[in-house]
Amino acid sequence: MKADRGQLRVDENECKGCGLCVEACPPHVIALSEGLNHHGYRTAKYAGEGCTGCGMCWMVCPEPGAVTVLHLVAATVQAGGVECTGN
Amino acid sequence: MPEIGNTYEVAFERPKSMYAQFDRKEDLQHTTHYCAGCGHGQVHKLLAAAIDELGIQDRTVLTSPVGCSVFAYYYFDVGNVQAAHGRAPAVATAIERSRPGATVISYQGDGDLSAIGSAEILHAANRGENITVIFVNNAIYSMTGGQMAPTTLVGQRSTTSPGGRNPATEGYPLRMSELLATLEAPVYIERVGLGDNRQIAQARRAIKRAVENTTKRLGFSMVEVLAPCPTIWKMSPVEAQRWVKDVMEKSYPLGVMRDRVKDAEPKPEPMVAPGLAEIPGLLGIEAAVPGEASRSGHRRRGKAVHLGVRVAGFGGQGVLLLGEVLAEAGLEAGLEVSWLPSYGPEMRSGTSNCHVRLASEPIDTPLVTMPEILVAMNEPSLRKFDASVKAGGWVIYNGEEFPAELMREDVHVLAREFTREAQALGDPRVANMVMLGALLELAGVVKAEAIHKALTKLVKSPKWVELDERALARGRVMAREEREQVSRGCGVMVG
Ligand SMILES: Cc1ncc(C[n+]2csc(CCOP(=O)(O)OP(=O)(O)O)c2C)c(N)n1
Ligand code: SF4
Ligand code: SF4
Repeated sequence: MKADRGQLRVDENECKGCGLCVEACPPHVIALSEGLNHHGYRTAKYAGEGCTGCGMCWMVCPEPGAVTVLHLVAATVQAGGVECTGN
Repeated sequence: MPEIGNTYEVAFERPKSMYAQFDRKEDLQHTTHYCAGCGHGQVHKLLAAAIDELGIQDRTVLTSPVGCSVFAYYYFDVGNVQAAHGRAPAVATAIERSRPGATVISYQGDGDLSAIGSAEILHAANRGENITVIFVNNAIYSMTGGQMAPTTLVGQRSTTSPGGRNPATEGYPLRMSELLATLEAPVYIERVGLGDNRQIAQARRAIKRAVENTTKRLGFSMVEVLAPCPTIWKMSPVEAQRWVKDVMEKSYPLGVMRDRVKDAEPKPEPMVAPGLAEIPGLLGIEAAVPGEASRSGHRRRGKAVHLGVRVAGFGGQGVLLLGEVLAEAGLEAGLEVSWLPSYGPEMRSGTSNCHVRLASEPIDTPLVTMPEILVAMNEPSLRKFDASVKAGGWVIYNGEEFPAELMREDVHVLAREFTREAQALGDPRVANMVMLGALLELAGVVKAEAIHKALTKLVKSPKWVELDERALARGRVMAREEREQVSRGCGVMVG
């Protein structure tokens, strides 16, 4: 299995659930949570896989630190045991 | 073989030039005050990213406006000045011109920039000030609850255009970018939108480009950003975003309105602004910075002084100079002073007057509506101000015949032909100084030496100083003679 090129972290404290990242994400790997955070907002939730690391969600998000996007820098492909470096 | 996990590194995160925690109420230190999906939040992010990428956080000064973005200083970890409504470009100009090396950014909404601040932006652009203007256009006054702005679209409803904006009565949306692009000076003006990913990416590039121009001192750059306001537009954030692209953009076409970046010559750096302590020296006055020790040491001890004088006459009689010499002498004596020439409608009929205060305590207003001493250099002035003189005060009148109907029981009068006295001394024009001499004698607040200093400061020709000195002395004698007659003495000096 190939590692995702990117990863998304959402700060649930800061997210206001505007949904702009859900709309912006090209591979559609963000959704809004079912539950509410302590402010009463549904928050952005990463599907857990499929992020390409494009950063669109970060760019459209109106909150300074609600979303953080990470890039893959070193991956282990378990099947063949080959190590490869991304980005 | 050893298993190593996938390694990820942060690629996009909170911009460095934004605070990690906001100096707001306890529960709100981790979120901005903006509504969900607000365009201001998006523009903040893009601007902060540009500041980070250009590496200018420590030299950036942001002037924030009045409007929803009034609290920009909570979020941007840069120099911040919050300006009065619409005045951000003027404030930015002042900062730009006094702080070499600073990158100054004026952040404004559409009500702020295109309505109340339309003059400031126009002239800052026309002067080609080396600032970046980030103009967030959401087509409405949001902070105040949705009143119509000059930028409101035709047909758009607002609380003040409930039937939709009607051009017949409310005019058309003001296209500020196009308008400013008619000027010669601006180097870069672009309108961008926040309507979809592609537009937002372009907005990011444009904002960075504008700020970069400023760092290179290329002149005036502005980016107008069509931005969603879901709350006032009564839409969901996603609907509002679409509305920017589908509706707003039709009235406000995106694109570059001005690009002279390639040919622009960098403007010279401003001069370093002098420190506060240097300013009295530059103005040729003694250190008089409020609260400084030198001031209190300078202040005379003894009796409290509180003197309000009104001087009035016709133009050419030296009314203003009389007041100025008095005020200057007060300064020399270490008093608080104010001198306020009054340019009312009476200017047109050729009369003039001024207000002077001398006090041992700080002065609250320079207006003297109830003078302790009135110097009336002609009859119309006497008629105008006689009734305003405080009980127990003095009227010094240039004329022997004091109109009977203006006589008051409760004020002292010194009525003489001062112009004739002046004539006798050599020039009728020193009548003002004869009258000032009389005033000084009656008020007794400043010593002759202070007057001499003031006079030599204000009157450049030694010949006139000499004549003025004699005039002052003559006035003192006239007042003394008068006072000897009035056994009651002087009720003027409130001590
Ligand atoms: C001198 C002055 N006049 C009026 C106001 C009231 N006022 C506050 S915000 C605002 C309009 C702001 O609209 P805009 O610039 O479009 O900013 P937005 O809130 O839409 O971001 C007005 C008129 C004020 N604060 N000060
Ligand atoms: S970085 Fe791109 S792909 Fe990944 S979650 Fe954000 S928008 Fe989606
Ligand atoms: S009212 Fe509009 S402009 Fe103001 S914070 Fe909310 S969404 Fe933003």
